[in-house]
Amino acid sequence: MTASERGAAVVRDAEALARKRFFESTPRRRFLRFWGEFIRRRPLGAFGLLLMLVMIVAALFADRIAPYDPTALSFKDLLAPPSPAHLFGTDNFGRDVFSRLLYGARTALLVGFTASLVGCTLGLILGIIGAYVGGKVDQLIQRLMDVLLSFPLIVIAIAVVAALGTGEDKIGNVIAAITVPIVPRVSRVVRSSALAVVQMPYIEATRSVGTRATRIMFRHVAPNVFAPYLIMMTAFLGQAILLEASLSFLGLGVFEPTPSWGLMLRGAGMQFLERAPWLAIAPGIAISMAVFGFNLFGDSLRDALDPRLRTA
Amino acid sequence: MRRYVVGRLLLMLPTLVGVAVITFVVMRLVPGDIVALRYAGSSVPQDIIDKERAILGLDKPMWAQFVDWMGQLARFDLGQSLWTGHKVIDEVWTRLPLSLELAVIATAFAVTIALPLGVIAAVKQDSWVDYVIRIFSVGGLAMPSFWIGIMLVLGTITFFGWAPPLVFTSIFDDPVANLSQMILPAISVGYRYSAVSMRMTRSTVLEVLREDYVRTARAKGLRETIVVMRHALRNALLPVVTVVSLEFAFLIGGLVVTEQVFNLNGIGKLLVDAVAHRDYTLIQALVLLLSAVFVLVNFAVDMIYMVLDPRIRYS
Repeated sequence: MTASERGAAVVRDAEALARKRFFESTPRRRFLRFWGEFIRRRPLGAFGLLLMLVMIVAALFADRIAPYDPTALSFKDLLAPPSPAHLFGTDNFGRDVFSRLLYGARTALLVGFTASLVGCTLGLILGIIGAYVGGKVDQLIQRLMDVLLSFPLIVIAIAVVAALGTGEDKIGNVIAAITVPIVPRVSRVVRSSALAVVQMPYIEATRSVGTRATRIMFRHVAPNVFAPYLIMMTAFLGQAILLEASLSFLGLGVFEPTPSWGLMLRGAGMQFLERAPWLAIAPGIAISMAVFGFNLFGDSLRDALDPRLRTA
Repeated sequence: MRRYVVGRLLLMLPTLVGVAVITFVVMRLVPGDIVALRYAGSSVPQDIIDKERAILGLDKPMWAQFVDWMGQLARFDLGQSLWTGHKVIDEVWTRLPLSLELAVIATAFAVTIALPLGVIAAVKQDSWVDYVIRIFSVGGLAMPSFWIGIMLVLGTITFFGWAPPLVFTSIFDDPVANLSQMILPAISVGYRYSAVSMRMTRSTVLEVLREDYVRTARAKGLRETIVVMRHALRNALLPVVTVVSLEFAFLIGGLVVTEQVFNLNGIGKLLVDAVAHRDYTLIQALVLLLSAVFVLVNFAVDMIYMVLDPRIRYS
């Protein structure tokens, strides 16, 4: 085979591969290829994904994995140090810390996921409306968001909780409190992405054939700002878990006997810091690992989907 | 220039009025006022409750209350706390030094770690140094600062047999006692804060290092430290300054949880208590204060931009 023949063969192979990829590409294959590459090329992101999966499995199967009932009191072993029987020791009511951590993952994920999903979706809707409608509506939304943005997340969350009230079975209020400060941050990012999309010829084309505004906004603009939306959602999942822990720590979040990581730090964790440090160490590590996982994954997802986007 | 500054400062007024109106209305839309809260669960007759509302001025229609409050504000009078009866200005004034000091120390701590580490991570991109620094910074974002605080206290108790004092001493009375109390909260807050600024430093320095003028500087044969410090870092500072300043503004009122851990009586705690008590006058004053800090810091950032980048001129 001469050099030119070899060259031609290489080109043929490359073309064949490209053709094969094009014709055999299905959504499912593209999905698998994306994640295959993600795991191979982004080890930190893959590690984050792993941490996330561990947490999700812990939350889903808490009732199967947990060696004890998280609310069962046992006065035989109050403040027992870590041992094979109690992996992370017991608290001042003799409850097994490991089991409470597993059930706490449920609370954290429930609150974090719902708040992040609702907050980002509201932010998406407001951002798209602002960018598409423009004018006074946009100004009004923007100024309102500015006011919310000029306070730290936790202050807004506390204000909302104080307004709605706290209580044993009012976990919805906690979720709402965490949702509110997420909305303006997402809406601002989505709006700036949507502003570029709104200028696109295909939007003008759709408008010129008389499509209704709501349909344009949610069938034509929304899919094109989906990447920042997804990225923000993973980023705020971590934030939401942190906020839930902070609120519960302050006594404004989840209430006993619901197991929550922040709540575990609040009472006994502080009170028996010297005698039983595992009470303060274990839940803190759980919170940190969870947020760490979501942040690593979110960062890598952002790099893979939209490297220009910067989220703090 | 002077016209610009005066204009900017005057423009703050409508912003603050806007914030004032929104807080005023939102607080009163929330069910339950301070009187209802104070007598919750007790069987106090309705006419006493009504009388108390009248004393506090809560029986007037919302617009009348707003006009009263605006009248007070125009005379620089923030009114009295509905809960304690003390003057709002005194309530705030006793807590502000603590919050300010904590914010300043935390900022100093954060910037001293964040700048060098961020620059090193960028210069050594994708090396093991970069990975260690990045993991360190992602860790700072993941660990709740109040938990870091608890761990620091645990550490000093176990290893040094020392815990920070629980009673606050002013820095002017006894600097050593004051600093020994502030250092742990400042570190626990500063770590998270440094993580945010470090990530920003790293990514902007990375961007700037790819610029033509950096290549030119290297081609001229300048030493690498000069290229990085004078050419790259200086041009990368603008976004970093923004992030650092905004975090600083947030620190004044946003340290609620850390204040709780270290038993500090700061602005954050005051705000949370005020919200819980529906202490309208105090909430309004604090919200105004925090937004004023936020707006002023934003203004300061714009001024710093001008110093850092002489091309930026406002007129």
